[in-house]
Amino acid sequence: MSSLNKSPFLQIFLSYLPIFMLFFSVFNEFDFNYLKLEYFSFNFVHLLIFFWTLRNPDHLGYLVIFFAGIINDVVIGIPLGISSFCYLLLCSVTAYIRNITLSPNFIKDWISLLFTILLINSIQVIVLDLIFLITVDYMNYLINSGFTFLFYPIFFVVFNFLNKRISIQQND
Amino acid sequence: MASSRDDFVIAIRSAFLKKKDKQKFSLLTLIFLSFIVIVLSNFNFKATQIVKSSINEVIYRSSALISTPENYIKSLKKDFDQHMRLYKTHKATKIELENLKQKQLTNDFLKIENKKLRSLIDENIETKEIFAKVLIDKESPYLKSVVLNKGSRDNVKIGMAIVDGVYLVGQIIEVNYTNSRALLLSDFNSKIPSVLAPNDIQAVVSGTGSNYGIIEYTQYEIEKNLNESEIIAYTSGLGGLFKPGIPIGKMSISSTGKINFFSDFTQLNYVKITSYKIGSKK
Repeated sequence: MSSLNKSPFLQIFLSYLPIFMLFFSVFNEFDFNYLKLEYFSFNFVHLLIFFWTLRNPDHLGYLVIFFAGIINDVVIGIPLGISSFCYLLLCSVTAYIRNITLSPNFIKDWISLLFTILLINSIQVIVLDLIFLITVDYMNYLINSGFTFLFYPIFFVVFNFLNKRISIQQND
Repeated sequence: MASSRDDFVIAIRSAFLKKKDKQKFSLLTLIFLSFIVIVLSNFNFKATQIVKSSINEVIYRSSALISTPENYIKSLKKDFDQHMRLYKTHKATKIELENLKQKQLTNDFLKIENKKLRSLIDENIETKEIFAKVLIDKESPYLKSVVLNKGSRDNVKIGMAIVDGVYLVGQIIEVNYTNSRALLLSDFNSKIPSVLAPNDIQAVVSGTGSNYGIIEYTQYEIEKNLNESEIIAYTSGLGGLFKPGIPIGKMSISSTGKINFFSDFTQLNYVKITSYKIGSKK
């Protein structure tokens, strides 16, 4: 078992897992953002980027996030660059929080996520609706922001477990 | 006071400009880059169009490839469900077939009569159809669209109608070399000039973002003139984009203004891209 834990393949796999999850979710047709359920959706990519750029930015680079945004725009059919811009704004908030925080606090992170998501979704709505004249459903955005905020603790536990596994692998 | 402002400035500068060991670009550079991409994608320069089209080509194909296992599971589930409902469906289909056979006789007569009348006024409708496979049907809360595997190489043009069987499902909004994107009727931005039969009321069927549409601009008239228990919306052909008479959806008297589309947009596999030309016979 311990030899399995020290396996270089597992180490590489785990260290690239956040990137893999990010690209898989932007490329794949299955999307938490659109679960075909009325009044329920959440943005998995926002949660993923928020957690990893806040807690372990070495495993999710900004350039990777930029490209993931471009892919997301192409796949869902909105003008190029909007998702990248929003994802990078999310990164700038997490970078700022990282710089001003000495000891990470879950509650503070959670509340800052709410403000960040509301900010980036507002920017997205403004750009789509007012600049590109694409009609969007404000209620959908609001519901999406709400559930993304509420689901953070669940994904925090999962990602935190994964983050610890990665750290253990690297320190072995 | 000054110290806390300095701390804020330092934190902001560090967040935007500092690069970690593995980062090749600072956050500020990438934010600027994405801003430039947004601005460029807003303009229709030839160079940006080519770059955009190439990016679309690569990403659509990759996305279709990555979604293969998921689509396979989806189709397995669909087949299983169909198999379980087989007996019930068979019984219902038998009754429906009998009704359709009777209607077919009337339809055949009407078709011949229509053809005869068109030739009398020296007019014909030329329809061009291209069969296409749905590559990606990743719907989002923002845009209801599908990506098809036919593009400018196959003479697909913006505005062409997308038909599932005989039912209208949307129209082409973006064309690349080997693929194209179609906006579904359910999208917020979809507005189709239509005619409501049998009352013959001109209306616009608009998407709602959900799996139904609404009648716009003529709701008052509909309420006044609703005599039939079921109203069918067809394309009116006004605006010249769609062939007149393509079925869109039906509306029951209990749900005034709400159109239930005939086609199930979540089950689209193969569609027809159609264009038509009304002209006089030579």
